[in-house]
Amino acid sequence: MSILDSKIPKGPLADKWTKHKNTIDLVNPANKRNIDVIVVGTGLAGGSAAATLAELGYNVKTFCYQDSPRRAHSIAAQGGINASKNYQGDGDSDYRLFYDTVKGGDYRSREANVYRLAEVSGNIIDQCVAQGVPFAREYGGLLDNRSFGGVLVSRTFYAKGQTGQQLLLGAYSAMNRQINRGKIQAFNRHEMLDLVKIDGKARGIIARDLVTGEIERHSAHAVVLATGGYGNVFFLSTNAMGSNVMAAWRAHRRGAFFANPCFTQIHPTCIPVSGENQSKLTLMSESLRNDGRIWVPKKKEDAEAIRTGKLKPTQLAEEDRDYYLERRYPAFGNLVPRDVASRAAKERCDAGFGVNKTGEAVYLDFAAAIQRYGKEKALTSGVHNPTKEQITKLGEEVIEAKYGNLFQMYEKIVDQDPYKTPMMIYPAVHYTMGGLWVDYNLQTTVPGCYAAGEANFSDHGANRLGASALMQGLADGYFVLPYTIGDYLSNDIRTGEIPTDTPEFDQAEKEVKDRIEKLMSASGTNSVDFYHKKLGKIMWNKCGMSRNEKELKEAIDEIAALREDFWKNVKVLGIADGMNPELEKAGRVADFLELGELFAKDALTRNESCGGHFREEYQTEDGEALRDDENFKFVSAWEYKGEPKDAVLHKEDLVYENIELKTRSYK
Amino acid sequence: MNLTLKIWRQKDARSKGKIVDYPISGVEGDMSFLEMLDMLNEGLIEKGEEPVVFDHDCREGICGSCSLQIDGEPHGPDRFVTTCQLHMRKFNDGDTIYIEPFRAKAFPVIKDLMIDRSSFDRIQQAGGFISVNTSGNTIDANAIPIRKEDADQAMDAATCIGCGACVAACKNASAMLFTSAKVSQFSLLPQGQVEATERVMAMVNQMDEEGFGNCTNTGACEIECPKGISLENIARMNREYLKASLKG
Repeated sequence: MSILDSKIPKGPLADKWTKHKNTIDLVNPANKRNIDVIVVGTGLAGGSAAATLAELGYNVKTFCYQDSPRRAHSIAAQGGINASKNYQGDGDSDYRLFYDTVKGGDYRSREANVYRLAEVSGNIIDQCVAQGVPFAREYGGLLDNRSFGGVLVSRTFYAKGQTGQQLLLGAYSAMNRQINRGKIQAFNRHEMLDLVKIDGKARGIIARDLVTGEIERHSAHAVVLATGGYGNVFFLSTNAMGSNVMAAWRAHRRGAFFANPCFTQIHPTCIPVSGENQSKLTLMSESLRNDGRIWVPKKKEDAEAIRTGKLKPTQLAEEDRDYYLERRYPAFGNLVPRDVASRAAKERCDAGFGVNKTGEAVYLDFAAAIQRYGKEKALTSGVHNPTKEQITKLGEEVIEAKYGNLFQMYEKIVDQDPYKTPMMIYPAVHYTMGGLWVDYNLQTTVPGCYAAGEANFSDHGANRLGASALMQGLADGYFVLPYTIGDYLSNDIRTGEIPTDTPEFDQAEKEVKDRIEKLMSASGTNSVDFYHKKLGKIMWNKCGMSRNEKELKEAIDEIAALREDFWKNVKVLGIADGMNPELEKAGRVADFLELGELFAKDALTRNESCGGHFREEYQTEDGEALRDDENFKFVSAWEYKGEPKDAVLHKEDLVYENIELKTRSYK
Repeated sequence: MNLTLKIWRQKDARSKGKIVDYPISGVEGDMSFLEMLDMLNEGLIEKGEEPVVFDHDCREGICGSCSLQIDGEPHGPDRFVTTCQLHMRKFNDGDTIYIEPFRAKAFPVIKDLMIDRSSFDRIQQAGGFISVNTSGNTIDANAIPIRKEDADQAMDAATCIGCGACVAACKNASAMLFTSAKVSQFSLLPQGQVEATERVMAMVNQMDEEGFGNCTNTGACEIECPKGISLENIARMNREYLKASLKG
């Protein structure tokens, strides 16, 4: 019997959330004024949670490492946000969104959580429109939708290619209103360095003011971690440079179980790596797969000619191109889920059909879409017998209206015009489905410590569908956590303010200061980035798009050795009591060096392939992921016991009462 | 490429700063400007010198963190890009490049090239929001149709990333483009009408209080804005302000 209690309410799936809300304890408005909540991270989940908790009357303190909450990395999400509004009348429903998400996650997510997500998805759109989020609209004035991977309906709402930005600025504006009212105190340029527990409950954090270097104590009745994912363990990813696992990892070290660390999403459409000095990778939104067709040359000699610059992609005849997604997955074509699309690209490139200098790129081609839209536009604008040039011009205009900012971004980075020659893309680390284990109330295994958004594990299983991260972040922050946290806080109405001059705070502060001292005094020769890049290479080569037992074992040993070397030989210049980005990075990389090992250990333990976790030993004859429901239909939740190698595995069995477990097929 | 970098170094807010020369070699055209600075910093660390501090985060032109004045221009010589999207192919072998922080009274330097832009946050806190509580009971998102043209214009204004290039470009260090972008976004949408009067007054007052200068219509902000925010927004804010003043 597992010690993990998911606290899923009883009763029929569709009634669980409503019934739960009706039965959990509430805190009366007067008492809320006496209760403090800390929210770490101000992206979609943290920003929306902070604003909503403050609206309800709690005293909220927010923390973010950026200079403003508006810069959290949710801002970089491009394509859109899903909701089961069924505005298009194409048969969408809460159940379908739920079903698509569970299937897309390869049956490794919790049914009840996902259904709740689908249930509140419509409210998110209502709320955001009320806040003034300028979603794309049709000529009739109603909201427009587009399609994303892994689904057969149009349920994605969007604001050009900047949906994440607009939703984040919405949450930021809601936060600003509460800052203006004095209900939120925003600590920007602050980083959480530890979680403080008193009598087993989360009661505060230790934070560092990144400008002055001062170590501060902050107490609260509950702590919400909305600190995003840990994709930067790979060094190169689509995450922001500062995205890190520190807050979640510190909580893990204090007793919060870490779930499914090996479930990582490698996004299929990113701009390929160009050189050794590259610092990050840039995503090209999945929405491009609505209109772009993915291909590589059919013949190896053509691929080689392209790589050496002797042949241009536009010169290659239609019959010499291999639209491999359309070939392998006729039902979903270019809109298969991300994990499937990424593996298929890797398979073609590994087989020698890659197209850029490094051989690690495939084409995303808009020529057909430009012609299709051009013809349609000519008809609707009354141009009879248009010339080929007219059609191309009109088509390019339509594409520009849809994806203009993405095309511009591509051109700036690659120095090629994607209207005239196909884009080159390759998979890159993008999102982490794993994270802190939480129950139905989003509470971690540390009472009073909650996790929301990408920082938790609960909704996306082994693979997240496109446009679902924004949905989950806002669902958690606006509509789930503010209710469920009340149930816990209702026991705290008589507690009063939590003092910070206690032995627990003393101890936590001392540990934080000792660690900083240790980092500053390591008299080594290597920069922090030196270690981060080395860790990234191990992760990408041995824990990346495909994994096997031998390499995972090697990765575990190599990461442990690298960690040891780091603490002996890292060089951090500058001072601890002032602005010092090198010191910040050092602390983050130190935690990645622990997480990376647990990641490899988790991947080694999971002897099956599912979603983004592809173990070479477990695949079907035609190279598809081979799940093992009999032995691995569970969430891996790891308990900290010192070194990552000593972490103890707890299993939460996943129960499917409303969906039949099937082999995922997009053929 | 071999380059000479002339970089503003300043220990902290209280200290005096100065330009320091750094030669750098082996720069490639495919590197971004910030990757070039990463390379410089790696070299400095190797030599035991403190690396140059600058703000940066997403490195894809959307978070608005990066804020370098390059050869006198916010975000450098290229158009419609942030510093992180500027690539070294825009420079030539042998170039000397001046790198400074965005300059404005309301943006004090924290260290080296890093500035404090919390004044922007305070302008937004003064009124950059629609007062709607979170609830599952707001009206359906499609209940109020909005003309596509209005929604598109609101979106264009809303794409401001709050980097401060407009202020840095302006000889008066005015924050009119930044402030007007938010005022415009809400004034173009029915949801924003209800509080239009209070919003524009509060935001403009806060802008003045922070020490930003006045607008004299030179248009430098529009040219340097990495997101192409239009001057029309300033005109729209002026109309909103006038309307609000008349209402008293």
